[in-house]
Amino acid sequence: MALLQQILFLISLGVAGFFIRKRVLQIRSTIALGKKMTLTGSSQARIQNVLLVAFGQRKMFKKWIPAVLHFFIYAGFLIINLEVLEFIIDGIAGTHRIFAPYLGGFYNFLMNFFELLAVAVLVACVAFLIRRNVLNIARFHSAEMKNWPRLDANLILTIEIVLMGAIFTMNATDQILQTRTDHYTPTGTLFFSSFLMPAFEGLGTSALAVIERFAWWFHILGILGFTVYVTYSKHLHIFLAFVNTYVAKLEAKGHINNMPVVTNEVKSMLGLTSAPAAPAEPGRFGAKDINDLSQANLIAAYACTECGRCTSECPANLTGKKLSPRKIMMDTRDRLEEVGRSIAAGGPGLNDGKSLLGDYITKEEINACTSCNACVEACPVLINPLEIILEMRRYVAMEESGSPAQWNSMFQNIETSFAPWKFSPSDRFNWSKD
Amino acid sequence: MNAPTMADLAAKGEKPEVLFWVGCAGSFDDRAKRVTKAFVKILNAVGTRFAVLGNEETCTGDPARRAGNEFLFQMQAMNNIQVLNAYDVKKIVTACPHCFNTLKNEYPDLGGTYEVIHHSTFLQQLINEGKIKLTGGGSFKGKKITYHDSCYLGRANNIYEAPREVLQALDADLVEMKKCRTTGLCCGAGGAQMFKEPEKGNQDINIARTEDALSTGATTIAVACPFCMTMMTDGVKNKEKESSVQVKDLAELIADAQGL
Repeated sequence: MALLQQILFLISLGVAGFFIRKRVLQIRSTIALGKKMTLTGSSQARIQNVLLVAFGQRKMFKKWIPAVLHFFIYAGFLIINLEVLEFIIDGIAGTHRIFAPYLGGFYNFLMNFFELLAVAVLVACVAFLIRRNVLNIARFHSAEMKNWPRLDANLILTIEIVLMGAIFTMNATDQILQTRTDHYTPTGTLFFSSFLMPAFEGLGTSALAVIERFAWWFHILGILGFTVYVTYSKHLHIFLAFVNTYVAKLEAKGHINNMPVVTNEVKSMLGLTSAPAAPAEPGRFGAKDINDLSQANLIAAYACTECGRCTSECPANLTGKKLSPRKIMMDTRDRLEEVGRSIAAGGPGLNDGKSLLGDYITKEEINACTSCNACVEACPVLINPLEIILEMRRYVAMEESGSPAQWNSMFQNIETSFAPWKFSPSDRFNWSKD
Repeated sequence: MNAPTMADLAAKGEKPEVLFWVGCAGSFDDRAKRVTKAFVKILNAVGTRFAVLGNEETCTGDPARRAGNEFLFQMQAMNNIQVLNAYDVKKIVTACPHCFNTLKNEYPDLGGTYEVIHHSTFLQQLINEGKIKLTGGGSFKGKKITYHDSCYLGRANNIYEAPREVLQALDADLVEMKKCRTTGLCCGAGGAQMFKEPEKGNQDINIARTEDALSTGATTIAVACPFCMTMMTDGVKNKEKESSVQVKDLAELIADAQGL
């Protein structure tokens, strides 16, 4: 029986590992479709961003209620994983609470600490479900938060609640079993789960043993299954947010990335270079599809957990325009996933006749942006929706000449009068004569 | 008014301490021209040796770049950089946060590296150095002023305190809008929106922002950007409050307080 459980456990690990690996490789290869990123500035500044913004959750604390609740889940995730290590060793070795005899009293402390964290996670998840579904918080009810994104959010919270429930059930039944047979290593009193003991005490020893094993299996299989699920979910931010804070732009938010291809052409047009301009990169000006964006933009799309702080600060969105910076990130990810799935299935991939701009994001959305950086400032994990919007505007202006008519007039004014308005350049200095 | 050009000075073999980059709005927009003149009066009053480019100045290319026309932006930028470098310009001050951002953050990528400073910081420095002395109990004493953050100063370049310190020197009662500093709401003109009608929505952004400002009860809305000036002035007119609420640039407030 024990050997069978060990074999089943190894098979479970193997199956989960197989699916996780497959997804990781697919996500990596879709991110690789983007333009190579050049990381400017010091890596020290980047590491500092990872430590302060991702590990330290600094930007989360602008809104302290969700920040504290989120911190419970975050700390729970990081620390309860130590217990999962014991689960895995027990599962492989066929042991039960292998660390308990070695750690003695410290084991009791650890388990109680984990239970405290599990309670915190439970409270936070319930609070988040209430915030999301009962309280009328606008950013959870925007147009892009229907169907799957909404279900995804509720599923994550529910799964986490159920997983914590399994830990408490396991610990409660285990504590009763410790009093009945000496097969169960003594753990000492586990404070929170001991409250559940009365619910189980009426049951027979063999029934309790089955419940304890069921809870153990449920928890570990739940975690493995959840990890696979995470790769399909917005919850992927638990990993990619760290990467994103490393690759995020370091320049002042007002800076727009230069286009060296254009610089070469402009220099040769102005006669500033003696050598002929390097042959233009095969590729487009600006971005029409995901492969025109930088890999950093694509990592950002996977790092987004759809919290909507960006959209709730966006002046265009607040005044009823279609633009939502969160939707820009969600669309980018959806398109990445679509192309990734197609490539994995031997399909046409990027050449499926669709594109990010047009089929997912409309010109009306990108034209509404004031480039005010409110979305960039709001993002707790340094995502920059503005960069994607501006790259798309570049595509529309330079490849399609499809900018709004008033912008085309503005371009013409700058070309002919060197000012965005139609004034005579010779009148520029008239203000000094008044 | 005394505003020497770089060409004038170069002809005399002189160089100014600082170039005042006026910007298109400051040169052509009637309302913004008053800000330009107020700032020039201050520069003259404190004896800063400055110069302007006059007719040699052209658009930095900011609206073209933000609307997606990178070619046009770079053409403008390269031409301006050639002029600035030919005059060996080291330090630039401007009253336009959009020009400020482009000159400071984007021209270096194209070979134009200068010390660029916005007039709010410049004014703050003049106050700190004692070159501008504001005697307490001036005409602003006890009056409510609210400051509208320009996105291109604030979030884009982390300049939040300099404009506020300038206002505090006026001895006015500085009241903040609910959305201020890092969460300040845009006036609606950035990203080349100044040059086109807004997309369909249920409100214009400048109206939303004007409502924020009016709800503070301030009688003066201070701005530090010519585009914000236009948007907020239009907003106040829309709310028919122009007789009781004024929209003023920092330079105008200082010039007024100095009796310039």
